[in-house]
Amino acid sequence: MAKHIQTIIKGNLSSTVKTGGCGNCQTSCQSACKTSCTVGNQVCEK
Amino acid sequence: MLRIDHYDIHKNVHVYRQGKINIAYDVNSGSLHILDDKTAQFIWEMIRVQKQGLNDPDRIFTEAGSHLSSTEKKEILQELAELQRDHLLFSPEAERVEPVYPVRPVIKAMCLHVAHDCNLRCGYCFAGTGAFGGDRELMSFQTGRLALDFLLQNSGNRPHCEVDFFGGEPLMNFQVVKELIAYGKKAADEAGKKIKFTLTTNAVLLDDEVSNYLEEEGISVVLSLDGRKEVNDRMRPFAGGKGSYDRIMPHILRFIEKRPSASRYAIGKYYYVRGTYTRYNTDFYQDVLHMADRGIRRISVEPVVAPPEEDYAIRQEDMDAIKESYDILGDKVLEYMNTEKEFTFFHFNAGLDDGPCLPKRLSGCGAGHEYVAISPEGEIYPCHQFVGQEKYKLGSLYETEKLNKMIVDSFRKAYVYAKEECCSCWARFSCSGGCHAANASFSGELTKVYPMGCELQKKRLEVAFYIKIKEREQRILV
Repeated sequence: MAKHIQTIIKGNLSSTVKTGGCGNCQTSCQSACKTSCTVGNQVCEK
Repeated sequence: MLRIDHYDIHKNVHVYRQGKINIAYDVNSGSLHILDDKTAQFIWEMIRVQKQGLNDPDRIFTEAGSHLSSTEKKEILQELAELQRDHLLFSPEAERVEPVYPVRPVIKAMCLHVAHDCNLRCGYCFAGTGAFGGDRELMSFQTGRLALDFLLQNSGNRPHCEVDFFGGEPLMNFQVVKELIAYGKKAADEAGKKIKFTLTTNAVLLDDEVSNYLEEEGISVVLSLDGRKEVNDRMRPFAGGKGSYDRIMPHILRFIEKRPSASRYAIGKYYYVRGTYTRYNTDFYQDVLHMADRGIRRISVEPVVAPPEEDYAIRQEDMDAIKESYDILGDKVLEYMNTEKEFTFFHFNAGLDDGPCLPKRLSGCGAGHEYVAISPEGEIYPCHQFVGQEKYKLGSLYETEKLNKMIVDSFRKAYVYAKEECCSCWARFSCSGGCHAANASFSGELTKVYPMGCELQKKRLEVAFYIKIKEREQRILV
C-alpha cells in the first residue's frame, strides 16, 4: 500500500495510438450549442 | 528512480486541489491519483524549478521539496518511480502521430437544417434568430432526401450514421422531418446501415402528438431550456417579447417522463435538456439545480458563444464567478448522487478508462470531413455553426463536386498538434483543441484557440475528474 499516493483510475490512453482509430464512435461536437457528444465526454464503442 | 530528464512535468502531469483533495492527472495515460499534501507540494515545486530553467534531475530533486525530510523525499520519489514504471504517472509522452484519413472524406454524421425559421427570438442565437443571416426558409423533402442519400453514399463502410434535425426550429417543418425519418430508415436498411436520428428543439411545439411520434420512432431529443424562469425568459422570448418558460417547461417535463433511463453518455434513445449561460447568469449552477429539482436528469448548460461586444458575452472578469459556479455544481452533483434527484451534468462526464482512443482525441469533432451541415437550400457547410458563412461553404448537394477539397483539408489539418497552445497544454487529449467555430470566430483561424474557452474547459475537466474520484468512493459506500 502506497503511503503518499493513491491511484484511483488506471488509464492506458497512449497505447490506444496503436489499437484505436476504428472510427465507429459517435460523431462529437466541440461547440457549446450541441450536446450530441463532445470528444472527452464519449465512451468508446469498441 | 524517477526519470525526468527531457520530461516536461508541467505538460504531462497536472496536479491541482479540488474540494479537500490533491489530484494528479497523468495526461498521457489518462490515470487519476490522489496525492497527500507533501507529494502535491513536491511536484508543484519540481515544476517551478523546471520552469526556472533547471533541467538536471538530481538538482531538481534537491532544489524542490525543502518541506520534506530526506526519508519522506525518498519515499515519494520511490512511489512516483513505481507509478512511472507502470505508465500511470510521469508516464512517457504519447507518440506524436498525425491523424490519418482516407483521400475521399468518409461522412458519418450530418446536421440537417430543416428550418431556417424559429418561433423564438433568443437574444444570443448564433443563427440570427433562426435564419442564419439568410431568408427564413424550410427545407423541402427533396433536398432532405438528397442529403440523406449523400450521407449514405459517402459513409464508406461505417455501419452507423447520425442525423440531427436542427434549425432554426425543426418542429416548424415537422411533416418533412417525419417523411425524412421514414425515408432515411428505409434507405439505410437497403444500404445495410443504420441512421441514428436526433432532434434539437426549443420544445414550443413539443405537444403530445409530437412526443409520441418521437418516442415511437426512437428519436433522441435535445431540448433547449436555460433554467430559472427569469433567466430563460430574458434570453428566450417569443417574437412578441413574452417569455417561453411557461410554455416549454410543461412540454419538457411531460416528454422526459417517457425516458427515465436516458443514457448519460448520449447513447441509444436519450434526451438532454440543454441551456446556455451568459454573463447575466454566471450563477448558472442555480439554473442547473432548478432543472434537477424538477426531475430533469440529463442536463447540459454551456457558455454562450458570442462576439465580445455583446452585452451578454462572457468577459474575462466573469471567470472567477463562473469557475465558482462549476465548483458549487460539482459539489451538488455529489450531494444529489444516490438520491432520487441524482442528475448528470454533461460537461462533467469525462471518459478516462472507458473514453475514446487517442486517434479520436487528436482529430477532434470531425467537422468539415466526417460531419457536415446542410442548409435548407442544400448547401454544405463544415458544421451547423458555419452555416451561412460563404468562406467556409464546402459545396452543394446540387453540384457534382460536392466538397471543396481545400476546405476539407483545412479542417483535417486543424487537429490538436497543429495548435501551438495545445501542444503543451495538460488538457490537450480531453478537449481535442476546442471548437473550430469558436476558434475561428475569435481569431479568424482554425488553428488558433479561444483562450477563455480553454480556461473554462480546463475548469470543467478539473471538476469532472474530482467527481470521478468521489463518485467511486460514494458508489463503494452505498
